[in-house]
Amino acid sequence: MLEITNLIKRYGQDEPVLKGLDLAVEGNSVVAIVGASGAGKSTLLRCINRLVEPTSGSIKLNGTEIVNLRRRELRRVRRKIGMVFQGFNLIDRLTVMENVLAGRLGYVSLFQAVTRRFPAEDIERAFALMERVGIAHYANKRADELSGGERQRVGVVRALMQEPEVLLADEPTASLDPRTSEQIMMLLQSLASELSLPVLINIHNVAQARSYTDRIVGLRHGTMIFDGTPVEFDKEALDAIYGGIESPEDASTTPERGSKERESDHDPT
Amino acid sequence: MTRPDPSEKSDARAWRKPPFIANPLLRYGLLALLAGYLSWALTTLPFNWERIGEGLPRAARIFGGGFPPNFSRFDLLLTGFTESLQIAILATLLGVLLSIPFAVMAARNIAPLPIYLLGRTVIIVSRSFHPVIVAILFVAAVGFGPLAGILTLTLYSIGFVGKLLAEEIEEIDWGQVEAMRSTGAGYLATLYYAVFPQILPRQVGLSMYQLDSNLRASAVVGIVGAGGIGSTLMNAFGRYDYDFAFAILLVIIAVILISEGVSGWVRKRIW
Amino acid sequence: MVDNDDLLAARIWRRHNPREQLVRYGAMLVTLMLVVWAVRDIDIFWPWVWDAPNQISNLGSRMWPPDPSRLGEILDAMVETVHIATLATMLTIFIALPVSYIAAQNTTPNRACLWLGRFILVASRSVNTIIWALLFVAIFGPGVLAGILAIMCRSVGFIGKLMSEAIEEIDRRPVEAMEATGASKAKVIVYAIVPQVVPAFFAIVILRWDINIRESTVLGLVGAGGIGVILQGSIDTFAWQTVATILVAIILLVLIGEAITALLRRRVM
Repeated sequence: MLEITNLIKRYGQDEPVLKGLDLAVEGNSVVAIVGASGAGKSTLLRCINRLVEPTSGSIKLNGTEIVNLRRRELRRVRRKIGMVFQGFNLIDRLTVMENVLAGRLGYVSLFQAVTRRFPAEDIERAFALMERVGIAHYANKRADELSGGERQRVGVVRALMQEPEVLLADEPTASLDPRTSEQIMMLLQSLASELSLPVLINIHNVAQARSYTDRIVGLRHGTMIFDGTPVEFDKEALDAIYGGIESPEDASTTPERGSKERESDHDPT
Repeated sequence: MTRPDPSEKSDARAWRKPPFIANPLLRYGLLALLAGYLSWALTTLPFNWERIGEGLPRAARIFGGGFPPNFSRFDLLLTGFTESLQIAILATLLGVLLSIPFAVMAARNIAPLPIYLLGRTVIIVSRSFHPVIVAILFVAAVGFGPLAGILTLTLYSIGFVGKLLAEEIEEIDWGQVEAMRSTGAGYLATLYYAVFPQILPRQVGLSMYQLDSNLRASAVVGIVGAGGIGSTLMNAFGRYDYDFAFAILLVIIAVILISEGVSGWVRKRIW
Repeated sequence: MVDNDDLLAARIWRRHNPREQLVRYGAMLVTLMLVVWAVRDIDIFWPWVWDAPNQISNLGSRMWPPDPSRLGEILDAMVETVHIATLATMLTIFIALPVSYIAAQNTTPNRACLWLGRFILVASRSVNTIIWALLFVAIFGPGVLAGILAIMCRSVGFIGKLMSEAIEEIDRRPVEAMEATGASKAKVIVYAIVPQVVPAFFAIVILRWDINIRESTVLGLVGAGGIGVILQGSIDTFAWQTVATILVAIILLVLIGEAITALLRRRVM
């Protein structure tokens, strides 16, 4: 269960990117977060695992307050939060297996990490998950030899290796072609129910959000202006979120926009 | 989704990082080669351990004698530096001017083969020798003093600037040359109108870089007698004047940092 | 600029506008003044200059033909030169890597370490190899140890600076992904930074080895071992034909070194 209350994030003295957001996600629901570029979607996800430091507010994961954790405890909580990135963020020069096992870095010792001697059950788990998403035969290939869809599968498996209690996906399909992105959305949806894992997905593509998620949250200028089921998400809601900004269909076909937003959302430290 | 081959699965379950070099023969061969080389090098090199053992007290004496650095003979220091600067300026000017014909000679796309080979040879030879070796030869030929330094650094600049410039010429936009030729321009006119404008920005930047680099080198060629601050430093070292030597060293470092900064600034402005 | 229209109207064509013209003339004037000052002020006995071509060709003729009688000795000294360069390059790595780590803005533990690292790099780079050699010969006496130390002291700055730049230029995204798994700083370095800088590392070390071979040919001129010792001895005894042999040997050594580095570089890339 993930509970966010009154979350505010402000960079420097600018207008806040997130203006007192409240959100609760439980069980194995798949939540799509939609909104135009700069609405604060990416910042919201990055606040949850504190890749971006929230200015104020509270974020609780299964009862643990995340916002004021110190480094060691923060790392402990991060292990429980899997993240999938728009640009996959794989380590290109390492093999697929090493990338996948990197998801266990929060659990193993430094010696094990350096020598790549991971516990047998981690390796077993890695193979099982890779087989589940269909990339096990690439185990010893270099990550940069894979296609976009395969790379994102590696990213998903890496996040699942953490045995997460919640999965965050930041525009997981924005760098992929339409067919592959459907596959990845389908994968996320079925994994959520198989592993009974809540999943938060930032997404530009409203059509995909409608068909693959249980709940849609609409952000505009850092405030939540829609929260409901895909069925309730109608023309009116769409206009409220994107109105006067840009067409969502345009946005879904231009991945650069997402990455631009990401860069500006980065915590400068 | 593709399922992995089950036969592959059984041994894949015990995963180990694929080694950096796949071929085990090559991997262990390289390690053995390295070990062999190290033992060969370390056993054959003549280390005079007795003399090295005296190192620490000597270091203490040198640094003890060197601190605080003595700036009392400032005029001598200044003379040395002025001479280094003059050597660097003249050598850069001569070197950069002379590097142009050599670069044209050493560019495969505009020079006929025999000329090209000649130009390449000059550049390779002048790049193979460290300036200090060239300096010691020029000192032997024309005597101690700044003249040897200028000749050395001129040759050094020809090698360096000439090589880069030749590469630049080889990468020019050939269309401009064809356009000039189609107007009926001769060889020199083509060079002047179609080739030089394309390499000029690079040439100006290189000249600044070379001035900086020659100033550094002029401090060094003096050590074998080719004038400048290096000669002053060598004299101070030879007379065990460590406090003066350290003063010179500090000033050399300061000047090099300033010159690097200035040359970097100018190059940024030009590009 | 302003009077361009007038010029166009009057059909006067100028290559440069007045402002550019002024800057160009200014730069030329300054250069000219510097040259005049340098030529007038420098301590050169001009008749020697006019005699220089004679002297140089005279020296050249005394070198011909090269005398191979001391070839065995020269070859031994060549091997020693290569040893100095290779051992020094290898040893440098152990110092340069930690220094580059603290001198890179994104990995340095704190400000003090950053400035310490940068100070080491600048100090090492501003003192030429042969001056380092002078110092170490005074301390440890003439011999290869002084040579190895001198080459190391200069190479630390070179390798360290380029490596710290390589570290600063890495892709931030894998680092972010590793942080999100809850990995500690050391593990993030091992997984997300080291793999990214490995190719640069090999390229830099190979490049410096090539430079070090050239540099170690002159160490002997101040007594720090290698071929330079024999060169100095032959010049002192006016054995010009032996000098010629040594020069040819140096050219061959440098060309072989260049060929090896080109080969290695292709292998590594």
